[in-house]
Amino acid sequence: MAKILVFAELHGTHVKGVTLEILGKLAGHTVEVAAIGTIPGEATADMAKFGAAKIHSLKGSNLDKYSPEGYANALQGFIKAGNYDYVFAGATSLGKDLFPRLATKFDAGMVSEVTNFIMEGDKFSGTRPLFAGKCFAKVELQGPKPYFVTVRPNALGMNANPTAAAGAVDESAVDAGAIRAMIKEIVKGTSEKLDLTEANIIVSGGRAMKDAANFKILEDMANVIGATVGASRAAVDSGFAPHAMQVGQTGKTVAPSLYIACGISGAIQHLAGMRTSKVIVAINSDPDAPIFTKADYGIVGDLFQVVPLMTQEFKNLLGK
Amino acid sequence: MNIFVCVKQVPDTETKIVPSADGSFIETSSIKWIMNPYDEFAVEQALLIQAANAGSTVTVVRVGSTKDTEALRTAMAMGADDAFLVEANDNLDSYSIAKALKAAIEKSGKKPDIILTGKQAIDDDCLQVPQILATMMELPSVSVVVGYEGSATDITVKREIEGGALEVYGVKLPAVIACNKGINTPRYASLPGIMKAKKKPLTTLSLADAGVSEADRRVKYSNFQLPPEKPPGKKFDATDAAKMGGVVKEVVGLLRTEAKVI
Repeated sequence: MAKILVFAELHGTHVKGVTLEILGKLAGHTVEVAAIGTIPGEATADMAKFGAAKIHSLKGSNLDKYSPEGYANALQGFIKAGNYDYVFAGATSLGKDLFPRLATKFDAGMVSEVTNFIMEGDKFSGTRPLFAGKCFAKVELQGPKPYFVTVRPNALGMNANPTAAAGAVDESAVDAGAIRAMIKEIVKGTSEKLDLTEANIIVSGGRAMKDAANFKILEDMANVIGATVGASRAAVDSGFAPHAMQVGQTGKTVAPSLYIACGISGAIQHLAGMRTSKVIVAINSDPDAPIFTKADYGIVGDLFQVVPLMTQEFKNLLGK
Repeated sequence: MNIFVCVKQVPDTETKIVPSADGSFIETSSIKWIMNPYDEFAVEQALLIQAANAGSTVTVVRVGSTKDTEALRTAMAMGADDAFLVEANDNLDSYSIAKALKAAIEKSGKKPDIILTGKQAIDDDCLQVPQILATMMELPSVSVVVGYEGSATDITVKREIEGGALEVYGVKLPAVIACNKGINTPRYASLPGIMKAKKKPLTTLSLADAGVSEADRRVKYSNFQLPPEKPPGKKFDATDAAKMGGVVKEVVGLLRTEAKVI
């Protein structure tokens, strides 16, 4: 049976949702987890609940902050010693940066950002979007092991009936080695909310927002329903929102359970970036806007009137 | 400084992607090719570094098909001095591409002081090549870079992470830096630039010259297909102020009872 490791990313006292999604998907296999640093009890309990047989806490100097080289060196040593066949992680900022480096240290291959996969016995096969989701393909790995895979957050979904495992915690000493690109400081972003790529709900604005200040009405709605605010390329190029908020082919590809598109016409490169959202609501004054072809619920109307009304309805519904 | 830029040629963002009949890749015959949009930031950054460091050269490197050499011609029209092309199919995996790029850089005979790339190519969206290349060349590297400053030997770069937060790195050159939108504003190629680019040296190598074979393939793709079409959704008319409240109430209700997402 394949020896599988999941690299877990911690966020405060929690483990990131995508780690649990991966664990839930691997039900039926013996799966170990590794994370850098001390693993909080809450995270340990969650990972055990979703099937982590063993949880390895990796400790060493120069690992308190992420560094591409430090993390890659530390994990290389641990993975080599553990002789794993497969190593999974979430396709987060860190996972996307780290895993290609790690795979190359083993001369091994890596599949980026699958939206689904199966493990038949020892054999992995995945599905991943290409061209920002304009098409999909089947992906398999070959060549030297271990094989590395990152998984898009929110794509698999949580296993509703996970199989719990022991979740026995141990500590391993790891070596970060020489670090030539070192973090000097971290500048916080403007938003403390979940990143677009990990958000469960996204409220997004387009060119019809007319002005950066008008994004306030989207923020208001987002605050009520726990959403992250995004923007179309047209809105970003018009200076209404920073590039970090852009959804689409030259921005972020997202897969929330609910995507609310406000004043977004639905250019092909935007649709590519959000079409795998589970439920799409579109608000647009143009009844022929292409966004309506992808929307589960389309509202033809003036967003400046509809959005505040909707925010009020959400408040009523959620008792806020 | 010896400045290198790696570029990829990708289908224009407006392209409608059609899987090939056997599903082994996409139909490429009628595609309009452009330089990968993120690579434009890398070329611009290379030219900015060149301008700040007298006597520097900018060499562009690309791995891909020769059907069109738009990306290399654009880079040289923007101001790059020379170019290397490793001829290959457009469906190579990241590992093979990185290995070929490394070989082309080495065959240039110049020792790189910095290698710039885009943060990802918008065709396969793997976000792997800069990190693989850096690891193969045993160089430090930072990806998704939105801010750059520094000298010919030491730089400070800002890497964008979740929520728009920034990791600020100090890096000693040589290094591989993968650029994101926001790092600069790419210039347009001028007409004289386009004319001059035609006379700039372009060296072509084969994959075999670069020492890359099918044995280097790590990721195998098959079964290219379009995403499943969604069934048509429900559309509501809220253009009439009198009906608007009711429509919004109904949709919010459906999000809970039917879609179960709130």
